[in-house]
Amino acid sequence: MQVSPKIDPKSGDPMSTLPNIGVPSSSESHTAGAAPSKLSAHSLDFYYGSFKALHAISMEVFEKRVTAFIGPSGCGKSTFLRTLNRMNETVRHSRVQGEIRLDGENIFRLDVNDVRRRVGMVFQKSNPFPKSIFDNVAYGLRINSSLRRAQLREAVEHSLRRAALWDEVKDKLHQSAYGLSGGQQQRLCIARALAVNPEVLLLDEPCSALDPIATAKIEDLIFQLKDSCTIVIVTHNMQQAARVADYTGFFLLGRLIEFDTTPVIFKTPAKKETEDYITGRFG
Amino acid sequence: MSALPSAIDTPPASGGAAAAFWKRLRAGDEIAIAVTFLSALTVILVTAVLVFELYRKSAISRHAFGWSFLISTTWDPVSGTFGALPFIYGTLVTTALAMIIGIPLGVGAAIFLAELAPPLLSSSLSFLIELLAAVPSVIIGLLGIFVMIPILQQIVPPVQDKLSWIPIFSGPFYGVSLFTAGVVLAIMILPFIISISREVILSVPNDQREGALALGATRWETTWKVVVPYARKGIAGSIFLALARAMGETMAVTMVVGNDPKIAHSLMAPGYSIAAVIANEFAEATGDLYQGALIELGLVLFGVTILVNGAARLLVMSTEKKGTS
Repeated sequence: MQVSPKIDPKSGDPMSTLPNIGVPSSSESHTAGAAPSKLSAHSLDFYYGSFKALHAISMEVFEKRVTAFIGPSGCGKSTFLRTLNRMNETVRHSRVQGEIRLDGENIFRLDVNDVRRRVGMVFQKSNPFPKSIFDNVAYGLRINSSLRRAQLREAVEHSLRRAALWDEVKDKLHQSAYGLSGGQQQRLCIARALAVNPEVLLLDEPCSALDPIATAKIEDLIFQLKDSCTIVIVTHNMQQAARVADYTGFFLLGRLIEFDTTPVIFKTPAKKETEDYITGRFG
Repeated sequence: MSALPSAIDTPPASGGAAAAFWKRLRAGDEIAIAVTFLSALTVILVTAVLVFELYRKSAISRHAFGWSFLISTTWDPVSGTFGALPFIYGTLVTTALAMIIGIPLGVGAAIFLAELAPPLLSSSLSFLIELLAAVPSVIIGLLGIFVMIPILQQIVPPVQDKLSWIPIFSGPFYGVSLFTAGVVLAIMILPFIISISREVILSVPNDQREGALALGATRWETTWKVVVPYARKGIAGSIFLALARAMGETMAVTMVVGNDPKIAHSLMAPGYSIAAVIANEFAEATGDLYQGALIELGLVLFGVTILVNGAARLLVMSTEKKGTS
């Protein structure tokens, strides 16, 4: 299959002949307006062994917007998220078909470490390294670049400020990250991911283990970050999707049932399954 | 409170405090504490009795030589002069050699088996390595005599020709030597280091690996800078166990070390170790002083083991502080 490096989604895209559930019908009416596509999936199938976990997902993630995926447990939303930075390749006997394009380039043809640096990820359970707060944030910088000590300090401070954690930790940068609260640890993980300047940030249920106050802080943070970063968030919490996301996709049994601007999904969903889930009739 | 019926909070109304106590007792907490405490106490008591007996039975030797026993280099059963230094030296040198060879090989193999090898290969190889731990030391000693010494006799002299200006490589090589004993010991401690370190590395939570990979780290950067540091304590534990094993190993060492109570500055020269001399000479030790000196050697081995182990732990603790702060 021949793939030209830059594909204009509006013209000549071979995928546009497919049922185009991935493109919102009413994006112009949303306050976000039309944004360029940053990341896009094209008939993506994913298998764990012989189990097909994702069925022909096609959709677009728009630049500097927040995109949320909702759906019941086991619907494939996390699997899809982990495919966007090729993290699923660490799972044995997994297989992927189809394409994911980052700025028009198929990520499966790019260097995997490069993809993961450009598409950062924050996990459900905060996973700081057993090092100091400073070393946690500096980890990605140290492996990806050779900054001098002063530059490194500056970059760490900048990342911690972006993650709204600087004021809380500036006096204890060299203490263990394990001394932080759960919410602080999760923001530290966000700072660690931001330190390498990712173009896209994937958040995999980042608030599921946090109390409401810590959750509110992370949501504030998502608002601030979307000026500089494209954000994709998987969440169990529909209110959270409604609060933070410009676009929302609803997954069910490995299929992307509906994808549109958040107000449309929550107020006037086109599919019955979406409406049933939103109104709490199942899931 | 009373609205919630609970097995813990509601003692039986009849029977009073004593019945409640027996019920709790049967529930197991006290019994569990008593049984596990007794187990712990037994282990400590055995160790204490051991040290005390070594101390008591070595009285005659301790009175005869005092502290100079530790620094005297003469071991002469005929004239009744006994000093422990050549044996302490042999034990420390062979152990150090074993650790220098065994730690990198063992930790490297553990990293390969836990992180890089396919699971099937990893578990079958690990099984073989654990089998190696079950081989009796006398068999390893035979292996040393019949396989390793002939090989070393081919390899060592040409190397010596080039490196003989370094004191530790000088002198004639007869096959049996401190070096040979160190290599044999390294083989013996490898299974301990590999199988424990592998388990520890396997138990590092996957979210640590994912955290590093998500930052664009390569597999090796993830392994070396995140997984291994996380498993550091467990790996150090495996090394302590190997250290104790190497210092106390008797049979394999005595078969290849040369059994010569001299302090040779060359690793290629024969030597002797504490455990080896006790095994070799105790049965034919005539006279109370001779026996007492051998028993005192046992006490010295105990002390040296504790000292070396403590020093190793301090070393690990100091690097840990650097790593986490």
